Amino acid sequence: MGLDEHLFRREAGRMVATLTRIFGVHNLALAEDVVQDAFCRALEVWKFRGVPDNPSAWLMTTAKNRALDVLRRDRTVRNFAPELGRLLESEWTLVPAVEEQFEPHAIRDDELRMMFSCCHPKLTEEAQVALSLHILCGFSVDEVAGAFVSSHAAMEKRITRAKKVLARSKKLFDIVRGEDFTVRLPAVQRALYLLFNEGYHGASPESAVRTELCGEAMRLAGLLREYPPASTPATFALGALMCLHAARLPARLDSSGDLRSLFDQDRSRWDVGLVAEGQRLLDLSAAGPVLTEYHVEAAIAWVHTTAHEAGDTDWNTIVSLYDKLLAIRASPVVALNRAIAIAERDGPQRGLEEVHAIADSGRLVHYPFFHAALGEFELRCGRHETARDHFRRALAVARNTMERQFFEHRIGACERPTTSWHCSSCANE
Amino acid sequence: MSEFVFLYRGGEGGRSPERAQQTMQKWMAWLKDLGAKGHIKDQGQPLERSGKLVKGKQKIVTDGPFAEAKDVVGGYTLIEARDLAQAVELSKGCPIFEVDGAVEVRPVMKMNV
Repeated sequence: MGLDEHLFRREAGRMVATLTRIFGVHNLALAEDVVQDAFCRALEVWKFRGVPDNPSAWLMTTAKNRALDVLRRDRTVRNFAPELGRLLESEWTLVPAVEEQFEPHAIRDDELRMMFSCCHPKLTEEAQVALSLHILCGFSVDEVAGAFVSSHAAMEKRITRAKKVLARSKKLFDIVRGEDFTVRLPAVQRALYLLFNEGYHGASPESAVRTELCGEAMRLAGLLREYPPASTPATFALGALMCLHAARLPARLDSSGDLRSLFDQDRSRWDVGLVAEGQRLLDLSAAGPVLTEYHVEAAIAWVHTTAHEAGDTDWNTIVSLYDKLLAIRASPVVALNRAIAIAERDGPQRGLEEVHAIADSGRLVHYPFFHAALGEFELRCGRHETARDHFRRALAVARNTMERQFFEHRIGACERPTTSWHCSSCANE
Repeated sequence: MSEFVFLYRGGEGGRSPERAQQTMQKWMAWLKDLGAKGHIKDQGQPLERSGKLVKGKQKIVTDGPFAEAKDVVGGYTLIEARDLAQAVELSKGCPIFEVDGAVEVRPVMKMNV
């Protein structure tokens, strides 16, 4: 009776992808209804009779039978997928055509098609990520809103609009003959990167949600790697950076549930399996001349994993990697992280100078860790009052209880001058 | 011990996959617990929400559903309990209440009253 915790959600994505392929993308809503139907059935039947031996297959078969009903019922009044066209018209070809669509390899391709289709150029990056999470990962609008700490109304609007764009796109993205495959692939990689980041750095207070978002991003990135045309060095680098970051997730919260910065995590709790997988993918990403931001970010994460304790970190290499990253994709957050690395290498005063030199730092005022970095540097320079003011600003824009607790502790540290000198991160200065 | 039937009414509807799975797991846990405590005579069956209604001397056949969605019986379980009060108490653990459903608790008539 052991049932994967998120089985329904994961199967929802696979089922919608396959049904949309059969019904046509303009019938996305119909596909969603059929999926909903299959879950209602599973809920009703399983609760009395227990979970079947192969729950995924049961759900897929239910969806397939329901799809056949719909196709027979509506084939004279509705247009289905033009690619399958005539096959769906006659009873002789209908069943084998639908059966074929439910073969495992076909379902996997459908997931990929849907992944590429969700990253439609008419959609903003935020909308692409929300739509992917909703359609491919089976998150309800409420669950997506929860993950992004957005209101239900705002998320509903965003997803509804995105679905309309998708439904009007006439057909699903052609992953085999699509001429713009190489154009769309970076958008897909970017969406998966943002999805992962939302889980890793996002505002959602629940660590469970964070882990799930990271897990979903990693699962989809894995699908991308399995499809040869999509398994480019950048795709491997993306997978590497996800693994190397995810490896640290178990140590981000200590036993009392408090947030731990990279500097004082219990590194023995890092997931060695994920580190190894990250390293393997990083090696694979090195084929070819292309250097993407994913390569550089993965390399930074990898350097961190090679240090047994924070004091052993090779900050020199990390600073130079941040320089590369700034050249590829400049952003105030990257500049801030670079400043933190410089502070670790050259001392807090240099860190402060670097932060003050960030060109568009105005965009960081709502980012709590911007103020926290300033607070950290000031504290290490011995200016407790100033440090406390920065941490208070961080507290004011903190996004959840864990962040608030973290900043409250740091404010407390400013009031106890002696402790700051034992802070692990200044041991190597 | 006396026998009772739990009729599960309504409680279906738009749920996310995650919620549907959680609801199902709660149902299974609840029924399992009732069984472990010796209250289940027959776990019962789910019922399709649609069917036919045959009515009157003319035996006129019409299509279901026969009630509003919120009142349709979606399944039943045969329960053993000391008395009606205990059966009602047992029904209160049913996850159907989380989705606005209802449990109808009906004593099974005995031969010797």
